[in-house]
Amino acid sequence: MSAGGYPAAVRSRGAQASGRSRESVWPRLDWVLVGTVLAMCVVGSLLVWSATRGRMIDAGGDPQSFVKKNVLNIVIGLGLGLATTFFDYRMLRAYAPVIYVASILGLLAVLSPLGSTINGAHSWIVLPAGFSVQPAEFAKVALVVGMAVLLSEKRDAEDTPRDVDVMLALAFAAVPLGLIMLQPDLGTSLVICCLLLGVIAVSGAKARWVGGLVLAGVLLGFVAVQAGVIHEYQIKRLTSFVDPNADPSGSGYNVRQAQIAIGSGGVDGQGLFHGYQTQGKFVPEQQTDFVFTVAGEELGLVGAGGIIALLGLLLWRALRIAARAEDLFGRLVAVGIVCWFTFQAFENIGMTLGLMPVTGVPLPFVSYGGSSMFANFMAVGLLENVHLRRYA
Amino acid sequence: MSERSRLRLVVLQVLVVSLLVTLFGRLWFLQVASGEKYQAAATSNRIREIVTPAPRGLILDDRGRPLARNRTALVVSVSRTELLQQKDGGKALLQRVAKVIGEPFQTLWDKTRLCGEPGAPKPPTCWNGSPYQPIPLTEEAEPKMALQIMERREDFPGVTAELQAVREYPQPMGANAAHELGYLGPVTQGELDAQKAAGKSTLEQNDVVGRAGLEKQYDQALRGAPGVEKLAVDQRGAVTGVVGSTDPTPGNYVVTNIDAGVQAVAEQQLWAAIQRARTTGDLNKGGKKFTADSGAVVVLDVKTGGVVAMASYPTYDPNVWVGGISQKNYDAISSETNLYPNQSRAFQGEFAPGSTFKVVTLPGAVQSGYYPLDQTYPCVSAYRIGDSLKSNYESEAFGNISLKKALEVSCDTIFYKFAYEQWLRDGGNTPVKNPKDPMFKSATGYLVGQKTGIDLPGEVSGRIPDRQWKQDYWEATRDYYCTAAKTGFPNTRKKDPAKADFLTKLSQENCTEGNRFRGGDVANFAIGQGDLLVSPLQMAMVYASIANGGTIYEPHVAKAVVRPDGSVVENIKPVVRGKIPVQPKVLAYMKDALRGVTDEGTGHYPFVQVNFPLDKIPVASKTGTAEVYGKESTSWFASYAPATDPQYAIVMMVTQGGTGSGVSGPSVANIYKAIFGVQDDGSIDPAKALVPGGTPATKLPSIAPDGTVVLPKGTTFGAQPNGLPVVGGVGKEARPPKSLPLNVVIPSVADAAYWQPAAAPPGSAPAGPESPTASGPVSGLPPADPPPHLVLAAAGPPLNRSRWPV
Repeated sequence: MSAGGYPAAVRSRGAQASGRSRESVWPRLDWVLVGTVLAMCVVGSLLVWSATRGRMIDAGGDPQSFVKKNVLNIVIGLGLGLATTFFDYRMLRAYAPVIYVASILGLLAVLSPLGSTINGAHSWIVLPAGFSVQPAEFAKVALVVGMAVLLSEKRDAEDTPRDVDVMLALAFAAVPLGLIMLQPDLGTSLVICCLLLGVIAVSGAKARWVGGLVLAGVLLGFVAVQAGVIHEYQIKRLTSFVDPNADPSGSGYNVRQAQIAIGSGGVDGQGLFHGYQTQGKFVPEQQTDFVFTVAGEELGLVGAGGIIALLGLLLWRALRIAARAEDLFGRLVAVGIVCWFTFQAFENIGMTLGLMPVTGVPLPFVSYGGSSMFANFMAVGLLENVHLRRYA
Repeated sequence: MSERSRLRLVVLQVLVVSLLVTLFGRLWFLQVASGEKYQAAATSNRIREIVTPAPRGLILDDRGRPLARNRTALVVSVSRTELLQQKDGGKALLQRVAKVIGEPFQTLWDKTRLCGEPGAPKPPTCWNGSPYQPIPLTEEAEPKMALQIMERREDFPGVTAELQAVREYPQPMGANAAHELGYLGPVTQGELDAQKAAGKSTLEQNDVVGRAGLEKQYDQALRGAPGVEKLAVDQRGAVTGVVGSTDPTPGNYVVTNIDAGVQAVAEQQLWAAIQRARTTGDLNKGGKKFTADSGAVVVLDVKTGGVVAMASYPTYDPNVWVGGISQKNYDAISSETNLYPNQSRAFQGEFAPGSTFKVVTLPGAVQSGYYPLDQTYPCVSAYRIGDSLKSNYESEAFGNISLKKALEVSCDTIFYKFAYEQWLRDGGNTPVKNPKDPMFKSATGYLVGQKTGIDLPGEVSGRIPDRQWKQDYWEATRDYYCTAAKTGFPNTRKKDPAKADFLTKLSQENCTEGNRFRGGDVANFAIGQGDLLVSPLQMAMVYASIANGGTIYEPHVAKAVVRPDGSVVENIKPVVRGKIPVQPKVLAYMKDALRGVTDEGTGHYPFVQVNFPLDKIPVASKTGTAEVYGKESTSWFASYAPATDPQYAIVMMVTQGGTGSGVSGPSVANIYKAIFGVQDDGSIDPAKALVPGGTPATKLPSIAPDGTVVLPKGTTFGAQPNGLPVVGGVGKEARPPKSLPLNVVIPSVADAAYWQPAAAPPGSAPAGPESPTASGPVSGLPPADPPPHLVLAAAGPPLNRSRWPV
């Protein structure tokens, strides 16, 4: 493994100078990753602005209130990200159980009378002064760290997790997963399942674990379809590019409006703040789950494709970090985040494009939402932490 | 870290890349490959079109009096979509509406059924318009009903009450003119689809379309173009801006040649003639009063072919159509029992014209060269044709008389002679190769037996029963008669073997030689009888053509199309169809003779009776009393005036009405009186003339820039007490006929066929025989065992029947 872009001298000096002042660490950060994330935040803020401006004017509120809050979220997120970046790498393992327990408590609090139901999912804890927290977002961070800890415990570089480690990890993940399913938050549950699968696979666990988990997922999905949890049209939409409009049911309206918005954007879009569908408020939840439709309509293939490109850039940097991680723990942390972001983005964009069933998951760094933004920044902080570890 | 971990990381990388590529591919598919479709969807999403219907143009008489106009009415409509969404199909909803607007539930229920769906009533009661268009439930709502509905929105989902323009036929001067005006109906989904397929957009969902009469003929001109405002809306339907708008273009006005005053008088006089007949005893039937079951009158401007007035009895109130006709009213105006009041006898009915037709046959005989104008001819009491003796009216004989006298006294035997001798010259029963048939050729030259080209839909063509027709008719009926001759009328035979023998013999004759052009056929034709059929409008055109020196015009109801600001779109110029085949010398002679008919002949009595100053306003006329087998005779009176410089031609006809001079004549004289301002003492008061100066208006009515019409002084609206009784009426109940109830005349099934509705719907052929007399058209075959008169008619003129028309 060579440290592309960094001269060997730097690396050796960094290795020798562990415990130096943090200022000297700045140049070693993965700035491409930071830049990508910030670019997504800027685009996201513009889209949130465009999506909410008209709605806020209708409601008699401040047209910029959403974008202001979004910027505030980004600033707080940056702070959390920085804190995560410079959190002592070795201490992460030690704090993993604490983070885990904290996230479980948060999820339990949601299910207690403290929790609130928004858009059909009992996922929020409403705090005073207009703030609300979605503990499930933080649970992802906790799971990433926790799983990485369990699956990379006490082994040589070439060692692979034993069955007992995998089982332990699954049991460990089952608790928050179960709690999230109870809300019910199908989207986040699926994200966590993918995260688990990815981490277990890359940990080097035996193939039968990977295969078994995939099979279990398929079976679960089948049962879910049979039980009517996932509708047939959602399956159809997954498999069919040809007829995205076959679904006339209620949530089909959202999907159809979303597709109309994206489809009418063309190559160069209708211009920011000038999308008919967006400004006409035809697409629901447009600043959060359907934010991609704003990009599709107003910025066209250039803008929406650009978001996918930025996403690709982010995932490339994250995968690069995973590949170059100093130890299995670091790699698994990075892989967990890659799986999380990949699936969440695919689900979110795929849903607006009529590829995926509609489940409420935000588009990382682009959608409006505090908890999600914070968790995403913490994840990026973790990636940088793993990245920096190579120089520790 | 294990190799396995590294490999799986590679797999993960591939997976990530493929998912991103999938997203991008799908994005490209939506935005580029099918972008246009979604752009269109977005447009239809955000654009709402508000269609403002254009006010329909007025139909005016020649002096600007509106025959059709618009009024605003409070219309309560219901959305069919909303009805279908209700659990009970909207029953409860319609019951609530019925209660508020005071209509029976069943009426509303029927109105909201789509034509053709199971359980739907027949058109036009069922909804024939677009299923997506609100269906009007009443156009007579009162403001308090509307308030009740609008205040209790939750009780009346999908029900609206709003002011709309609805058509109104205000009957200026009492003129009904139902058959000329026609009516409107909602646009059908089929028409909308057809229009869409043709790429046009002149019709909107909630349009009404002319379905008959002038409303249909000039629908394009009258309709105008609706205004469309395109509004940008958001997801809640809130308006966010105006994308574009076009103002409605009001429909143009149609100015007609009809003079409402003359029309009203013509209607009154038609009714007067019918009443006259119904109080007159038929001397041939022991004084039994005439039935006078129908009639028609046509007043033409002979110089242009303009239709100044045209009326038919029975008629109906054109307002019954406004807002959707009720089943009851529809039945009333379209039923056989009521003799189809919705059909005009004037241009949609066919009748034998009797002696009024002699002006067509006489020039043919004279111009054949055998019968010079300056000779006299024997008017014997009866003339033998083959083995039958055909006699004059009441077998009167006049000795040797001139042709002028022959017209004046309406001598039939001279015409028999001319026709029969010519027939013999043409070979008789073994015709020469190119028979001359001058009388038939003359009729063809007069363009009788063809549509006149009047600007009204549904005109009939009439029939000239020449050799070719006889051949065609025989070919069409031969199989029937041959079968009948073989079977020998078994049903009749049970009751009356002698009759069955007779019928069998005649059928045999028809089977073998039904195509033979007989002497009787020619003789009948010469006096306007036999299988000849004309419409009163065609007869009026004949007399108008004679009056104006021989020009056959196309009759026109409309005179001009003008914009609502008064500027002219189109002046409808007189159209010449041809010249009558009459030499000037013969025409002059005949015109003189027709004047003689009024001055000293059969047309004299009607004018004397009403004190008409023939010395000041000479009138040319001809009476006709057409024989119809199994019926009382048809009264005809054809005329034009002033005979010196003809301006108007008037023809009146009353079926089962008696003689031409006794029944129709006085009414025609009275119409002239009104037109020219003749007072009862015989003096002329030009100020009281219905038509100032005795000539139709040359200028178009003056229309103010705002579209209002300057009405002549003394314009009144609404039905007149002595006008034609109408079937149906506005309001919840059909207006009862003002005079005699309709059931005074209950003709038999066969009777109904003697005048033919112009456009009988397919599959609705009358149950009775098509040709009950010598006047039935050829369409379809008689039933297996026809009533005897059919056979008699088809076998030629009845033998030894003495009474022939005047």
